[in-house]
Amino acid sequence: MSAPRLLAALASGVLFGFGLALSGMMDPRKVLGFLDLAGAWDPSLAFVLAGAVAVSALGYALKARMARPVLAPRFEVPANTRLDARLLGGAALFGIGWGLAGLCPGPALAGLVLGLPEIALFVAAMLVGMLLHRLTTERLLAAVGAGR
Amino acid sequence: MDSFMSPFLAPLAGGALIGCAAALLLLANGRIAGISGIAGGLLGPAGRESAWRVAFLVGLLLGPVLFRLAAGHWPEARLDVSWPMLAVAGLLVGYGTRLGSGCTSGHGVCGLARLSRRSFAAVAIFMAAAIVTVFLVRHGVAR
Repeated sequence: MSAPRLLAALASGVLFGFGLALSGMMDPRKVLGFLDLAGAWDPSLAFVLAGAVAVSALGYALKARMARPVLAPRFEVPANTRLDARLLGGAALFGIGWGLAGLCPGPALAGLVLGLPEIALFVAAMLVGMLLHRLTTERLLAAVGAGR
Repeated sequence: MDSFMSPFLAPLAGGALIGCAAALLLLANGRIAGISGIAGGLLGPAGRESAWRVAFLVGLLLGPVLFRLAAGHWPEARLDVSWPMLAVAGLLVGYGTRLGSGCTSGHGVCGLARLSRRSFAAVAIFMAAAIVTVFLVRHGVAR
């Protein structure tokens, strides 16, 4: 792994974390305020997503004109278009967890620097959940030949 | 920083920075800025592309620190959720994002931007599931 690639990853992470902080999305109350359509609705998350998707789409438009990334041999973007049970079931489980706590992986990990024990607990449980998937489902699917 | 940032400008500007992060990782390294994928990849076989993932996550932690230096205060965050509920939520988020191959960043920010069919479906489902969950918790019969 070349130093420029590591620096690019670091810079991307910094931009992401600073953007999350500025956007207000590190506060689970604001996220839940967006998801609570029946309460005092907080539209902030829609503006965050709109800003992020718009700029990110410019990136993907530029990508279409490039043979390869600046620092890497090839683009690693999934080509899969199948809507399968794993995708839909996984999204549903994630959505339930997101709605229970108001935290998704980005704000939760970035939020570790805030030193709140609740966020640390959530992140620990999240890593256990990821590990559980790796040790159970992924292994099982690989065994029956349906793995990625 | 708050004084001149309207309630809509800060989310929009913060979102644009997140979009810049995604575009940078894509155009420089050819990678999708999906947090669950980047973090989850570290739990896989050791040494598999782990250096850049660690670098990205270190940056993700540095971002709010830089915000603190620029704005003079930490970003706000408070959780009014019980500890058992947080643990269940964390497990569901961790397991679900790996099973569904992405979260709000990978499917949301990146997937919608590249018009991925799978991401549109995933975003619709996790948004709907989260909205129903919040409704049941806040306004459901349990209350």
